[in-house]
Amino acid sequence: MNWIANIFRRGKLYNDLSEEIRLHIDERAEQLMGEGMSPAEAQRTARMAFGNRAVQEERSREVWQWPTLESIVADVRLALRQLRRSPGFTMAAIGTLALAIGANAVVFSVLNAFLLRPLKVPHPDSLYALHHGYDLTANQSYPSYVDLRDRNRSFDGLVAYDVSAAVLDTGNNPSSVWTEDVSGNYFDALGLQPYLGRFFHAGDEHGPNSAPYIVLTYDYWHTHFQDDRGVVGRVVQVNKHPFTILGVAPAEFNGTLLFFNPECFVPLVEDPFLGGGDLNARGNDFIFETLGHLKPGVTPAQAEAELNSIGASIQKTYPKDVGKMTFALKRPNLYGDFLGRPVRAFIAGLMLLTGLILLAACANLGSLFAARAADRSREVALRLALGSSRKRILRGLFTEAIMISLAGGGIGLLGSVVLLRALSAWQPLPGFPIHLAVNPDAKVYVVAVLLALASGLLFGAVPVRQVLRTNPYEVVKAGTGSAAGKRMNARDVLLVVQIAICAVLVTSSLVAVRGLVRSLHAHFGFDVAHIMLAETDLGMAGYSGDRAQLMQKQMVEAVRALPGVESVGLADSLPLAVNGGSSSQIFTDATTDLRPSNAMANAIAYDISPEYFHAAGTTLLSGRNFTEHDDKNSPRVAVVNLEFARKIFGSPASALGGYFKMKNGTRIQVVGIAENGKYASLTEDPQPATFFPILQAPNTSTILVVRERPGLDTEAFQIGATIRNALHRVDSGLQVTVETRDKPMESTLFGPRIATIALGVLGVMGAMLSITGIFGMAANSVSKRLKELGIRVALGAQRKEVLQAALGRAFKLLAIGSGVGLVLGLLATKVLAFIVYQATPRDPLVLAGVVLAMAALGLLATWIPAQRALSVNPLALLREE
Amino acid sequence: MPEVNKPMTETNSRDLFPGALEMMILESLRRQPSHGYALVQHIQQRSNNLLQVEEGSLYPALQRLLKSKLVKAEWGVSSTNRRIRTYQITAAGLRHLEQQVSSFERMFEGIALVLNPGKATTN
Repeated sequence: MNWIANIFRRGKLYNDLSEEIRLHIDERAEQLMGEGMSPAEAQRTARMAFGNRAVQEERSREVWQWPTLESIVADVRLALRQLRRSPGFTMAAIGTLALAIGANAVVFSVLNAFLLRPLKVPHPDSLYALHHGYDLTANQSYPSYVDLRDRNRSFDGLVAYDVSAAVLDTGNNPSSVWTEDVSGNYFDALGLQPYLGRFFHAGDEHGPNSAPYIVLTYDYWHTHFQDDRGVVGRVVQVNKHPFTILGVAPAEFNGTLLFFNPECFVPLVEDPFLGGGDLNARGNDFIFETLGHLKPGVTPAQAEAELNSIGASIQKTYPKDVGKMTFALKRPNLYGDFLGRPVRAFIAGLMLLTGLILLAACANLGSLFAARAADRSREVALRLALGSSRKRILRGLFTEAIMISLAGGGIGLLGSVVLLRALSAWQPLPGFPIHLAVNPDAKVYVVAVLLALASGLLFGAVPVRQVLRTNPYEVVKAGTGSAAGKRMNARDVLLVVQIAICAVLVTSSLVAVRGLVRSLHAHFGFDVAHIMLAETDLGMAGYSGDRAQLMQKQMVEAVRALPGVESVGLADSLPLAVNGGSSSQIFTDATTDLRPSNAMANAIAYDISPEYFHAAGTTLLSGRNFTEHDDKNSPRVAVVNLEFARKIFGSPASALGGYFKMKNGTRIQVVGIAENGKYASLTEDPQPATFFPILQAPNTSTILVVRERPGLDTEAFQIGATIRNALHRVDSGLQVTVETRDKPMESTLFGPRIATIALGVLGVMGAMLSITGIFGMAANSVSKRLKELGIRVALGAQRKEVLQAALGRAFKLLAIGSGVGLVLGLLATKVLAFIVYQATPRDPLVLAGVVLAMAALGLLATWIPAQRALSVNPLALLREE
Repeated sequence: MPEVNKPMTETNSRDLFPGALEMMILESLRRQPSHGYALVQHIQQRSNNLLQVEEGSLYPALQRLLKSKLVKAEWGVSSTNRRIRTYQITAAGLRHLEQQVSSFERMFEGIALVLNPGKATTN
């Protein structure tokens, strides 16, 4: 190509050109001298006749240039030179933008990973889960699943799965694993191919416990079997039953729930061995979710209609076991709307806030650029006077803006990648296979670069009008002191917008932090401090029936005998833990038709020992506690909570001594009333709950609730290790988890914590931005009006008046911005209330906090300019001019 | 074309109209190869000083002609013993000039007809 050759020849071309022009002017001058002009006069006239030599030379050179690219390179060089001349400004601008772009990249990456990226199965678009039409869950019983699977014509195979914990033993190293218990057609219907070995199929199932096979996930195979291809065909023990490893699932497939990565897959028909549900019980809704690919051409609405009619017929056939059976098709990724709704709301809120951060950063940078353009108005005027076009100058300014935005965007993106990698590797809940796979992909990079470019154009555009209006002659003549208008100008508006945005962020982070603190110190209906838990499943350890009950008794006694232990309660599950109690349908005593639709309420049920209430710190309001005599041979009794009493009986007084019925018809007498508590989540409304004597409702799931003796020196006493040793003396093979009471609550606090951290970070970023914004504005206004301030001081103005003159405007803008931001922030916290417990904006502390925080930010940001204004020396200033 | 007759002012330092300066340069070079300074003199004298071409504006035009190979340049020494860069029209330059002149004449004729509808003048 010609232009390539031109690039190499260019040096000579340009030298020739300069030489030629020089000779031209010389020749003209000589001729003029020949006509009798003085040499100086002749040189001047010759140059004037030639015109603007620099412009002509540049135009001549442009002829040879590859037009756009090269002038861009030239612009970039110039911009780099300009930026290097003011490193403070450059670093501040890049840093500001890096923070804003980084925050956006992180949040967008999370949004991308959770909401945009489809599941790693073939044809994810047509994959739907069957959720209940009447609540946010999807549980089904196995027989209902089989009916739905066999009778529907909308799906290409319907699969079911349940999640359970099991002990996997490959020899002599029993370790706990999370399994997904899946229907036989699971892999085939999802369209998956094994990475290694084979999958099990629908044809492998022949009733309960007929398919003792196990498929490992790639990650588990990789970490626990060191990529050993020989595992296929090996027999391992699952809960002490032999299972054959069939194969390994593809690397990117971790089940259909986004956060929850199981470690292996076993057939659902093996559930009786896995402590799961009864395959034949129509009323036992233990299946977690059913899902499948819609057939081509079938719309979700058509499928829902068909499923509803199947559901109605199932309900009609089994009125005793099956309640309402309607369906809504949802995406399985976030378990339909159960996690989907809060996650979507939260991410949308975060995206909005980080968008605002970026906007605030742009406003900030815009006013920085405007100030810079004002400071450089002499230079701009000079360049205009020397023949530069306004377009050229604007292009230079935009190039600077784009360079800064790209540098900031690059650094921000780099930081966000580091953060996201860490986030992806993080296991937020120890003991649970929860992963936040938020690694950035190409989409994230593109969005970050686009955002950076867009913001560069946005803040680069702020000084455009200023440059276009520049009149070179005026500026060169009059100097930089331009008249300060009394009206709000564009920069003031930008500052107000920026402060308002920052106030929104500060408000929401304060509301969130306050809500979290409150929720940590609230009373949940049980004590958290000075309680230890020891958790095990005797079923996994091979105990069942009476042996399990005897074992539980021995365990309680062993721990109770320890010094430092005040009391030991026993429970099958605990409130606010991950498997926090099962829900049971409750009927009034008068009900004879025990069909689900006649149930009065769903109550969470806990099986406990008599000592539990004392050990856990749950107050009995009236009636009696259980005793050792409330066992299998005595009539069934229960302690219910206040909400239960109110809901089923109308009042606590009528509840005491009253009867209610369970689904299977058992009549149970209420012997005591306990206080209300939080059971499933911190944000829930009061829920009915009931406690049964564990002797009347045996269960292998065993949790010891251990209350420490008051004043116990836990450091010296090592109560955790002591409890574990005591239990190992009872049975050395027990897998016991010993932890403090707040540990299992981490999962319920996980969401609020993440929300609070995220909002806290955004709040700090907002605060930083508003400091730099106010500082820039105040510093600028003080330096512009230094002369005026000097005159004021000379005329006897007091410090207060000087400050008012110098910074009054900054504070006025701060007040307006904060006010607007506070109101908007309070409105925004309505969204917050979904996630953070007690996130109420109507909290005087929060209001005062926001006002104080903004005032403190204002003081901080105006401190240096104020000092400068106060130290004005009128004499020195007036002498200068 | 009123602008052609108007002396160029500083603010209006662009070409007369696109291609006009190039055409005049080529025509001058067709008669005689010469260097930049001589070209300016020649154009101004031939136009009876009606065209006050800003001297510098010649050079971008010369570079354009060089680039499209309509002229070629060579360093040399003038009769007055000055170091000069002499431009010479090429065969392609001759063809280009011919085309330009004929299209310019047609345009000029058209404009003249519009401006003076009574007279059907040609030159």
